[in-house]
Amino acid sequence: MLSIDIGAFFGNIFAWLQNAWASLSADFYLNFIKEDRWKYLVRGLGVTVEVAFFAAIAGIILGALLAIIRTTADKTGKLRFLNGIAKLYITVIRGTPVVVQLLIINFVIFSSVFVDAVVVAIIAFGLNSAAYVAEVFRSGIMSVDEGQLEAGRSLGFNYRQTMWHIVMPQAFKNVLPALANEFITLLKETSVSGYIGLMDLTKAGDIIRSRTFAAFFPLIAVALIYLVIVVALSAGVTKLERRLRNGAR
Amino acid sequence: MAQGNPLIEVQGLKKYFGEVHALDDITETIYEGEVVAVIGPSGSGKSTFLRSLNLLEVPTEGHVLMEGVDITDPKTDINKLRQKMGMVFQQFNLFPHMTILKNLTLAPMKLQKLSEEEANERAMALLARVGLADRASAYPSQLSGGQKQRIAIVRALAMKPDVMLFDEPTSALDPEMVGEVLEVMRGLAQEGMTMVVVTHEMGFAREVATRVLFMDGGRIVEQNTPRELFDHPESERLKSFLAKVL
Repeated sequence: MLSIDIGAFFGNIFAWLQNAWASLSADFYLNFIKEDRWKYLVRGLGVTVEVAFFAAIAGIILGALLAIIRTTADKTGKLRFLNGIAKLYITVIRGTPVVVQLLIINFVIFSSVFVDAVVVAIIAFGLNSAAYVAEVFRSGIMSVDEGQLEAGRSLGFNYRQTMWHIVMPQAFKNVLPALANEFITLLKETSVSGYIGLMDLTKAGDIIRSRTFAAFFPLIAVALIYLVIVVALSAGVTKLERRLRNGAR
Repeated sequence: MAQGNPLIEVQGLKKYFGEVHALDDITETIYEGEVVAVIGPSGSGKSTFLRSLNLLEVPTEGHVLMEGVDITDPKTDINKLRQKMGMVFQQFNLFPHMTILKNLTLAPMKLQKLSEEEANERAMALLARVGLADRASAYPSQLSGGQKQRIAIVRALAMKPDVMLFDEPTSALDPEMVGEVLEVMRGLAQEGMTMVVVTHEMGFAREVATRVLFMDGGRIVEQNTPRELFDHPESERLKSFLAKVL
């Protein structure tokens, strides 16, 4: 008798699993396969990567510029006026939410001219990232011992050459983890691009959800894709850090 | 004492940090071939004096002439003049992200436009001279303090300067490493390099210097040949200073 009960017990579990599997695969079919819905995710991912990549580049360039202005003002007392502007810029950007900045750039600044939403997003996230990157770079430059600057200057390098050949390479190595962190944040922040009608990865998942009325698969898929990119990015940075450390302190 | 031409002329040099008079009206001339040791208690202004010679400290008042050119004049190309004035720091200040060889070749290649081969050749000869040729591909963090300071000296020499400025070059070293650095400096002095050395090593000042300046309170209180200065100090301040350090 006992053995029959056990048989029935496993039979029940098996039936339940079969059911669950059937409904999962139906859901999977509905969310990803039917009407080629997976293509939303691919297109959305493309937009997310495009926006994040170009915004990161814009952020690095503008952020480095801001950091150079800030540190040059601190170290030499020059560029006072530009330093004031840089400080104000950083304060405003860091003091307001990125969604609000995105909306302002799209609906206020570009209200009367047509600019592609991808370009608007790149500009908005680039300008936003620059403020954070500027502070990361600045802390890196400040972390390099003053003696390094003096040693460079005493050999006959001018301020710019000393910064370029001696201070910046050390600063860059020091800030690499913080910089990677900033780009991971940037990548994830682009998920609010839907606010200006851009179909990025997050919006793509949401579109699928609104068509199928099934939230699980599209949203978990979106989360997994972000996770995979971030993990890959982190691994790449760790590798770069190790290479830069080779032998040097 | 046979004197060469004036190399560095300091005229009425003053440096104020707020209310503190780090340098209080110093007029002094360094001649070619001299080895001038600058001694004095801490806070006497000796490091500030040395750092004013290549404008790492910008004087509040006064002039410094290097080979007749006023380095305090804003129109002077200070970077050009600094190439002729090698400097060695208490904390070595080697470039930690570069190999020893790169530390030595960077400035000659970028500033004197030497080819890589020329710069490497010059660097290797200098490294051999301080017995560190085998460490050319090491990084500064892999060296001892004494080795770092020897590298710092030859890094400055790689620019073929007319004068070498030393800012307490042995003060950050473990006692057993002081000798190897002083040995290099002694060799330089014997070759006729003009040197200004801020130091606490009284033995070195007495033995190697051609002239010793005693500074206190931002002034040069007394100066003389080492023998006279150490054996027959005149001022009370120098007497009490020597009583404490000798």
